[in-house]
Amino acid sequence: MNLAIFRSRSFGLILLVLVLLLAFGFVIMRAGPLAPTQVTVNPVKEGKLTPALFGIGTIEARRAYLIGPTAAGRVLRVLVDVGDTVKAGQLLAEMDPVDLDERIAALDASLARAGSTIAASDAQRRDAQARNQLAGMNVKRYQDLGEKRFVSSSAVEAKQQEAVSAQAGVSAAEANLAAARQDSLRLGAERDGLRQQRGNVRLLAPTDGIVTTRDAEPGSTVVAGQAVLKLIEPASLWVKTRFDQGRSAGLALGLPAEIALRSNPSRLLAGKVVRLDLVSDSVTEERIAQIAFDTLPTGISLGELAEVTLKLPTTQARFLVPNASLKRLNDQLGVWLYQEGKAKFVAVKTGQSSLDGQVEILDGLSGGEQVIVHSAKEISANSRLKIVESLAEAGK
Amino acid sequence: MINLAGRDILHSWGKFAFTGLGLGLLIGVTLTMAGVYRGMVDDAKVLLNNSGADLWIVQKDTLGPYAESSSLHDDVYRSILGLPGVAQAANVTYLTMQVRRGDTDVRAMVVGFEPGQPGEPGYLTAGRQITRSHYEAVADVKTGFQLGEQIRIRRHDYTVVGLTRRMVSSGGDPMVFIPLKDAQEAQFLKDNDAILNERARTATNPSLNRPGVPGLLEAIQASQASNRNVNTVLVRVQAGQSPEEVAAPIRRWKHLQAYTRVQMEEILIAKLIATSAKQIAMFLVILAIVSAAIVAFIIYTMTLGKIREIAVLKLIGTRSSTIAGMILQQALGLGLIGFIVGKVAATFWAPAFPKYVLLESGDAISGFIAVMIICALASTLAIRAALRVDPATAIGG
Repeated sequence: MNLAIFRSRSFGLILLVLVLLLAFGFVIMRAGPLAPTQVTVNPVKEGKLTPALFGIGTIEARRAYLIGPTAAGRVLRVLVDVGDTVKAGQLLAEMDPVDLDERIAALDASLARAGSTIAASDAQRRDAQARNQLAGMNVKRYQDLGEKRFVSSSAVEAKQQEAVSAQAGVSAAEANLAAARQDSLRLGAERDGLRQQRGNVRLLAPTDGIVTTRDAEPGSTVVAGQAVLKLIEPASLWVKTRFDQGRSAGLALGLPAEIALRSNPSRLLAGKVVRLDLVSDSVTEERIAQIAFDTLPTGISLGELAEVTLKLPTTQARFLVPNASLKRLNDQLGVWLYQEGKAKFVAVKTGQSSLDGQVEILDGLSGGEQVIVHSAKEISANSRLKIVESLAEAGK
Repeated sequence: MINLAGRDILHSWGKFAFTGLGLGLLIGVTLTMAGVYRGMVDDAKVLLNNSGADLWIVQKDTLGPYAESSSLHDDVYRSILGLPGVAQAANVTYLTMQVRRGDTDVRAMVVGFEPGQPGEPGYLTAGRQITRSHYEAVADVKTGFQLGEQIRIRRHDYTVVGLTRRMVSSGGDPMVFIPLKDAQEAQFLKDNDAILNERARTATNPSLNRPGVPGLLEAIQASQASNRNVNTVLVRVQAGQSPEEVAAPIRRWKHLQAYTRVQMEEILIAKLIATSAKQIAMFLVILAIVSAAIVAFIIYTMTLGKIREIAVLKLIGTRSSTIAGMILQQALGLGLIGFIVGKVAATFWAPAFPKYVLLESGDAISGFIAVMIICALASTLAIRAALRVDPATAIGG
């Protein structure tokens, strides 16, 4: 009986010790320094990739017009509002002409008076011409009489002097008439100038477009060049896109683009690069490209944020690795290769990369190697490794 | 010769096992507390490891970027790159904030970095590194985000494209890595109400909104809304260069502060987490003392509980050394079971802690030695009591 008790007791004890040792062993193998690092690997394979550039931009109008006066003045009336469609030549707003109308009226009156002056001068000229004719006839008559010695020579000379005076009177009258005509011309030109100025305070639409802002209201004073209204040509909307300089290699005119507007990110709009700014932003280190829509979507707003993805031509087939496998060790870019449970660092030269994280390897790999992609912790050449399908924690 | 200790344990193995289990849990708590302390220090160290930098360049006269706030212009890195011995220099921003995740939010440290430069996450456990220059994120697993999920930071949604682990701030907050430009914006961008308010304030300021100077107000408002600052520039020195030598001209001529790895560790461990680490360390010391006392008392009382049996042994003429050996073996056995249980327990519950608990093998070994020494010492007390027992007590005398 005692023996049976001892047996069951020692059995229980051995079981307990076994369980404890198993748990301890498990703990040491799993959590201690002996535990292997879990990694996932990927074979190096040849493939092609489609590099792409990603940038963000805002919708802007290629052609925007600031409509304002050329001289300082007060706004008299504004005839259109934001969102109105206007035609070329349409009156949009008018500045206060102040005394322009009155000055035109004054010049009109002056012109009329100049007309009267011309008439008076003309009459005086005709009067002078009549006197001149009479004086001419008198000279002829007195010369005949003088030759026949009917009148004294002094009387003839007096008549000759009269004729010369009459001739001078005609010249003076003609000059007066020309002066009056020039005066009238001057007044006419002055009036035309004022009319032009009067027309200039009327702000007209230079082109067909849509009013985007109304910056001044009637009564407010604006300086020369300040905008009262802003107009855009709706057909000229494009996306001013900024690309990080470090990732702008391959940016070129005509590249097809996918544009996602912030208001509707799931709908991708087609477009293409229509202008590449020669000057890039040196402060933000970005290049600027203008992307035009293939077909202009309706209901878009200026200044809206847009994400632009440019697709570059597919590259030649090369070895590809995921970008998560690229590591930097002692100043060198490379990958960790899995070789019989150990990791080996190999320096590589990388080429282009795609947005889904594939990177071209130009040099350093020969294909077929197992590249370590993910790891549960930083790996070194001494790490013990264990390949898993995916790291357990990641799925949690 | 039969093993008295083994016989005795077999005789009352239930009691022995449960005592060992209780002792083990106590040792487990002590080991865990040591792990909590080590984890705190390790959090600070991985922060430095993960940044992959040899030098931290921050605003002059600050202990930034982790212990104090530091603000630099984001073109400083260009002049740093031109200095001798510098291999790489990159802008980085750090911002601890609540990141929205669905209806709840997660406390995280948002790191703005440039891909391929110091500051990027060193390794991933899933997904890929960032390839777009905007609106992508790599998150630490502790944030709870999964691949493909959207993170809301300020007004933009970021797609999680990669996961990493053990990327934490010195406070243990998991990190979320986003592109530098987005991070700069997130760090200084105010909410819409605040922006509108600020615009209105500027517009009502007569010196900033002068009639006759069209465009002035717009220019001022545009300059108010942009941010060209970063928190630190991380520098990797060329192979074979001493960081201290590279740091010296930066401190002297660039009017910036440069910290080497050693100095940064000093700042983080001796300054930033000093008080909380000391708090834990103090608690650890008390817990270790209490545990030692409890282990000693348990062994002592266990022996005293067997005083009658020991008297019988003496009565039948057992040698004192045999009795002493029995007690010592039992004490050491108890200590061994306790240690194993404690170690197993600590390892199993450590991952459940919200912050990192680092169970170091060195701690475990010194813990094991300490347990054994305490058990041996406690058993000497018990042995003295056992040897002094009068054999007469065995027969009720």
